[in-house]
Amino acid sequence: MEGPSVEELLAKAEQDEAEKLQRITVSKELELEFDLGNLLASDRNPPTALRQAGPVPEAELRALARDNTQLLINQLWQLPTERVEEALVARLPEPTTRLPREKPVPKPRPLTRWQQFARLKGIHPKKKTNLVWDEVSGQWRRRWGYKRARDDTTEWLIEVPDGADPLEDQFAKRIQAKKERVAKNELNRLRNLARAHKTQLPSTAGMHPTGHQSKEELGRAMQVAKVSTASVGRFQERLPKEKAPRGSGKKRKFQPLFGDFAAEKKNQLELLRIMNSKKSKLDVTRATNKQMREEDQEEAAKKRKMSQKGKRRGGWQGTGGKRKGGPPSQGGKRKGGLGGKKQSRPPGLGSKRKAGQHQGGKRRK
Amino acid sequence: MRPLTEEETRVMFEKIAKYIGENLQLLVDRPDGTYCFRLHNDRVYYVSEKMLKLAANISRDKLVSLGTCFGKFTKTHKFRLHITALDYLAPYAKYKVWIKPGAEQSFLYGNHVLKSGLGRITESTSQYQGVVVYSMADIPLFPSSTLRKPMNGVS
Repeated sequence: MEGPSVEELLAKAEQDEAEKLQRITVSKELELEFDLGNLLASDRNPPTALRQAGPVPEAELRALARDNTQLLINQLWQLPTERVEEALVARLPEPTTRLPREKPVPKPRPLTRWQQFARLKGIHPKKKTNLVWDEVSGQWRRRWGYKRARDDTTEWLIEVPDGADPLEDQFAKRIQAKKERVAKNELNRLRNLARAHKTQLPSTAGMHPTGHQSKEELGRAMQVAKVSTASVGRFQERLPKEKAPRGSGKKRKFQPLFGDFAAEKKNQLELLRIMNSKKSKLDVTRATNKQMREEDQEEAAKKRKMSQKGKRRGGWQGTGGKRKGGPPSQGGKRKGGLGGKKQSRPPGLGSKRKAGQHQGGKRRK
Repeated sequence: MRPLTEEETRVMFEKIAKYIGENLQLLVDRPDGTYCFRLHNDRVYYVSEKMLKLAANISRDKLVSLGTCFGKFTKTHKFRLHITALDYLAPYAKYKVWIKPGAEQSFLYGNHVLKSGLGRITESTSQYQGVVVYSMADIPLFPSSTLRKPMNGVS
């Protein structure tokens, strides 16, 4: 038996073709509106299928979507195509639909200080040319910016003005002035911004009393207020128990690593000379302590004698004078220092001063 | 690495002068080259100018040591002399103490030296004098100080 015959095959092929065409061609009452730039197809046909009462079956919705998409694709296929890196690409036309705003309309910013003033005075910005004739270089230069016409910081020769100190660096002065202008401009810009956003500059934030400030904020505000005087806080009094602020001194400066070696040597030798000449310095504290100790020793010795006398006589003398409540062997606590002290006393002051006692310099309790 | 400040120099000189007295000038002012003291990580280094210039090329965190370490400044800015300074202190020492071989070991392990361990001692050494301790073979051991009068003992 033969398979399907030729006629049958042809008929089947024709049927397939028809079906395909049917699939591709979609008939609609109203034509769709296309915005190919946005890949948009708008269907204005009355949606009878969707107007039924109750839930709309999935199949009908699907069919509707398929039909509309098919029409859109048909339109896309009609666009001019080109090859971009082995891919067939259709060039979309410009979008015709205007899309709504993504973000809200910007609010009008408050005027800057200059703008307010200009408005008040009725000053309008004058139209200025971009280029200015520069005599010095003999060419047209821009009014501001890179290689501008009148830049006083790049002058190679500056005459010293009449009243100025001849050793002053005029070039550095001009550069410094420019830096100050730039800094001032920046500050004003930031202030305008802060005013526009109704916040405060970080440097001035927390300076005005709000009633809800932490201890650190108040401390900081207090420090700033102290320093904001004409003498930069030098004559401001402190409260009775207030401590001096830490870290308010200048940063320490050291000599350079290889400065003048000869000068360094000279300074050190000078220091040595002074040290050697001052060797026999009288240490007042040590002298007074030694004196006091000697006096105490004498008293202790006297007391011991008296107590011995008292014992011999059969009575214990009460606390006489400044007995510190210790046993009479208080002298013994001093590690035989009595003997040692007696030795060092005769030479008196002088070189022995340095080789002081162990207990020297410490006030005896 | 930086030079010492006035205060630091004074403290250090006072310490070193305890052992070598006015010979310290010879350390500061040398005929055979410019030597200087530099501070690095709280340690004082005695270094020649040539060496210093070479050492300046090394970054701070990578520099371990330079020249001779004389000692260090403690947290409370007191100067503590190290044994590495001995090479420079010993020749200039004013008061020397020689200890017997028996006491030498004991001394090196940190004990005090008694009078019986003393061999020789420079004349007119007073109490609490900074001395350099030598072994009997004239090898300098450590700078130290006399505790009691030279009649009694040495620490």
